[in-house]
Amino acid sequence: MERKFLKTHEWYCEKCNKIGISDYAQHELGDIVYVELPSVGDPVEAGKAFGNVESVKGVSEVFSPVSGTVAEVNTDLESQPELINQAPYDAWMIKVTPSAPAEGLLSEEEYQKLIAK
Amino acid sequence: MKTIFEKSVPGRQALSLPECDVPLYQLSPELLREKPLRFPEVAEIDLVRHYTALSKRAYGVDDGFYPLGSCTMKYNPKLNEEAANLPGFTGIHPLQEQKTLQGALKLMYTLGAKLAEITGMDQITLQPAAGAHGEYTALQLIRAYHLDHGNPQRNKIIVPDSAHGTNPASAAMNDYITVNIPSGPDGCVDLEALKAAVGEDTAALMLTNPNTVGIFDKNIRQIAQIVHDAGGLLYYDGANLNPIMGLIRPGDMGYDVVHLNLHKTFSTPHGGGGPGSGPVGCKAALAPYLPGPIVTEKDGVYSLTPGGDKSIGTVKTFYGNFLVMIKALAYIETLGAEGIRLAAQLAALNANYMMARLKGHFPAYSSDICMHEFVISCEKLKEEVGITALDFAKALIDRGIHPPTIYFPLIVHEALMFEPTETESKQTLDQACDTILELLREAKADPAAFKQHPVKMPIGRPDEVTAARKPILVYTPASS
Repeated sequence: MERKFLKTHEWYCEKCNKIGISDYAQHELGDIVYVELPSVGDPVEAGKAFGNVESVKGVSEVFSPVSGTVAEVNTDLESQPELINQAPYDAWMIKVTPSAPAEGLLSEEEYQKLIAK
Repeated sequence: MKTIFEKSVPGRQALSLPECDVPLYQLSPELLREKPLRFPEVAEIDLVRHYTALSKRAYGVDDGFYPLGSCTMKYNPKLNEEAANLPGFTGIHPLQEQKTLQGALKLMYTLGAKLAEITGMDQITLQPAAGAHGEYTALQLIRAYHLDHGNPQRNKIIVPDSAHGTNPASAAMNDYITVNIPSGPDGCVDLEALKAAVGEDTAALMLTNPNTVGIFDKNIRQIAQIVHDAGGLLYYDGANLNPIMGLIRPGDMGYDVVHLNLHKTFSTPHGGGGPGSGPVGCKAALAPYLPGPIVTEKDGVYSLTPGGDKSIGTVKTFYGNFLVMIKALAYIETLGAEGIRLAAQLAALNANYMMARLKGHFPAYSSDICMHEFVISCEKLKEEVGITALDFAKALIDRGIHPPTIYFPLIVHEALMFEPTETESKQTLDQACDTILELLREAKADPAAFKQHPVKMPIGRPDEVTAARKPILVYTPASS
């Protein structure tokens, strides 16, 4: 799966339109205990928060890499938020129907460079 | 350790009632409970031992150093408790006739006036139960103000990314939309980001100053100007009032409304379940919306005056947490204007002393002079040997020091946030710094052993993850 990234550590798969948080993000957050997601049909806006993840350390907003509407929500995360820790690139959070192509995202390589700093 | 319920034995009790010397009255069945309430049945000795054992397992500011950042765990002089225990205060009832409550009303009136003077506000309500309730009340005032001025579209509250979590939470509770703005490199408000965020939909900016990294935002006048020019109001989160009280006033900085935590700044115990007290002060423009009743004075007679037509209504039963107000006034009166100012200065001095001793060893968030608290980071330690802020906090417990606040503010990775307060001596601060530096050496020498802390406590590391994922919030007896 080809993924692109936001500086705020979200990943986006342009083919499948799924959004999640990166391995680095889940590692930094620590054990995730709660995920708050939008509902199907809600609008999302590129660069704006669409949900929250709560770990034992604190609550962080999750930003959308793309504008559009929520097509599907991974409801498994409601009862099993630990899936994000276990497999962050399988544990997608929402699937969107984009209203415009995503812009200004980082490639895998660029993102790896960013977090290596 | 067993709970008091598990120690219960049917029929055992801690007192013997005299025989009933009046005729028994039988309540009609529909007024009775179907099942008797489950009270623990224990003898006096069980009761005393149970709570003595619990108190030994607890840790408070009376036990030792408690540098919990953003909480101002200062020592509370016992004189304040004595004042709050006076029978003239503890024996009164809020529904007594006002002419028999003149002393209590005078106390509330005086405290309100002192707090107005300290904050630079025109009017004070003492009703809110504690800090978050104060925030809620203040936002209600802001809403009422905008509605009254024909601006229902002002539905956004701006909050910096370094803010206390209660700020966006209070905004959400009031059905406001929260707009997050980034902080500049110094942890202060980014003026350009603020300018871009304000507009016709701005209700208010919520801001604590000094901010949560312990830095005084010198641009506060400009910030106030930007918010006011956009038609918004400026709200002061009083959590960090301690190092500025008696020195500068939120009212003079340009704030329109403030909340205070009497249980932090004005030395009444907090933690352990309260009660707290979260008075709200405001400028004259917001005064018509304050909750009633408010204590007023005329010719030496004090009365409880109901809120006006525009009042948001009462926010707490009766008049707020009265006994906390007594402690706060006792504190303010015993220190006096000079003492209050000195307390603020010593709070900042103590924090700077600790930061100066530690910052060569841990990266400090700011190299600037701090106010009452400072943030250092375990990020380097984590990279080098895998020891996190959490591990460090747990190790401090074994050394008899209450951990600092960790992982806050969110803008600093692996944050440790210390607030020593003014009530600690140089000896205590030196001892704490020595211990911290010793632990740092231990962490680097043997990280695996370090991760075992705490080992000296009755409870080691509770399973925080399961507690958060599957919380058990109600005690269920095994037998039912």
